[in-house]
Amino acid sequence: MSARLTRRGLLGGLAAGGGGLLLAGCDKIDAAPGVQRILGLAEPLNLHAQRLVSDRAALAPEFSAAEMSPVFRTNGTANPATPDYAAHVAAGFADWRLAVDGLVANPLALSLAQIRQRPRRTQITRHDCVEGWSAIGQWTGLPLGMLLREAGLRPQARYIVFHCADLFRDAPYYESIDLIDAFHPQTMLAWGMNGQTLGVGHGAPLRLRVERQLGYKQAKYVMRVEAVASLAGIAGGKGGTWEDAIGYQWYAGV
Amino acid sequence: MADDGQTRGGDIIYRHRLPVRLWHWVNALSVIVMLMSGLMIFNAHPHLYWGSYGANHDHSWLEITPGHLRLGSLIVPTPGLLGVTPAGGRFVAFPPLVTIPSSYNLAHARVWHLAFAWLLVVPGLLYWAWGFARGHVRRDLAPTLDELRPSHIAHDIAQHARLRFPTGAAARRYNVLQKLAYCAVIFLLIPGIVLTGLTMSPAIDAAWPWLLDLFGGRQSARSIHFLCAMGLALFILVHLVMVLLAGPINEVRSMITGRYRLPREKRE
Repeated sequence: MSARLTRRGLLGGLAAGGGGLLLAGCDKIDAAPGVQRILGLAEPLNLHAQRLVSDRAALAPEFSAAEMSPVFRTNGTANPATPDYAAHVAAGFADWRLAVDGLVANPLALSLAQIRQRPRRTQITRHDCVEGWSAIGQWTGLPLGMLLREAGLRPQARYIVFHCADLFRDAPYYESIDLIDAFHPQTMLAWGMNGQTLGVGHGAPLRLRVERQLGYKQAKYVMRVEAVASLAGIAGGKGGTWEDAIGYQWYAGV
Repeated sequence: MADDGQTRGGDIIYRHRLPVRLWHWVNALSVIVMLMSGLMIFNAHPHLYWGSYGANHDHSWLEITPGHLRLGSLIVPTPGLLGVTPAGGRFVAFPPLVTIPSSYNLAHARVWHLAFAWLLVVPGLLYWAWGFARGHVRRDLAPTLDELRPSHIAHDIAQHARLRFPTGAAARRYNVLQKLAYCAVIFLLIPGIVLTGLTMSPAIDAAWPWLLDLFGGRQSARSIHFLCAMGLALFILVHLVMVLLAGPINEVRSMITGRYRLPREKRE
């Protein structure tokens, strides 16, 4: 009996003293580049597994007006506040143009009025922040696939990059998606929200909605849409501001 | 767990087959990494809601604020335990000792969580398939009708409360409380946590919208995910205490080599 008590005491002591060592050890493991690289292999695995079980055009759930969040909180940048952007806000985006360029046959420069005159889609969808919260709102905009067909993607184009007016650590915010999501029927450049013109807090004049991915993919203040063959040469090369800055997954379907 | 009726206390029996032992340790690793990285993900937004949506302006049924846990309208002070600000760090709901990584980092926590999810699900499915195919579930885990009699369960609870555990031949098999606890983990908590985890994925919601109906919306799924995690944490705590009380060397050895020494019958 006494031998067993000693064993128990020993184990208890090891557990208590080991706590601090364990903490330091865990953080060493977490910080090791090799570990991050191996764990990072799960990202393409998650993308392909989710694509395997989803139809390409499977729609994100849509809701009724009664199911909308009473308050749709703003997140990230609430106002880019650069001199250029402030001038556009003051002018009601009258002189503003959306550039569509890169690997396209017909580069475009569209005014907000021209974009609003094009076919529109309205959808009430759930916005899921990577942090865990969700908000349901109504979005009206130009389906991205229509815009890309008008510009005519070149065969080499693989990704669509969104360059934005807001700055993160002094560099313009950007995001990117692949062509499956770019041509998804719910993917749009929204100019209206909850029945009104999209406000500055939520990304005026245009905000990307890519409904099967998390909030940080929904780029606000979109100024330029660029078709590219590879993400490697753009900013940090990981396909988005948060991906470059702190290592969020490029594929944010989960 | 073959039964020849000849065994008694002190005998060494072959108790855990290889798939059980393998899955136990792989699952122990994945569940602990999932729990600790999950608590760090919770730190990013320490509020839980019911329904489809839920954010800062909406009513939360649980939240952790500096030094406090709020459950509905009940506020519990949790100084130094929950809702802490470590020196040089930012406010976190769960303290560094229980999270991966130890200081606030949502991106790294997600990398751990979304990778180890595979180590939770794939070996779990293999264990399930083996368990059903080879009779492990039926023979070892499923309680018998006799064991489910309230008087039998009450008797086992009373014996456990007095720290009197089965000895001799009676210790060859799991007792009914073990069976119920293991079944709850294997067939309720783990499947529940996996399905609610999938429900939080916007891409999976497009592919399998019935998940949202099953759990009552994404924020309900997130709440149930958290409750299942707390259930698993409670199971681990009780499990470890029981291992210590039942004789840790014998118990741990049996889960490594499969061989278990039956506890000797107590002299009354």
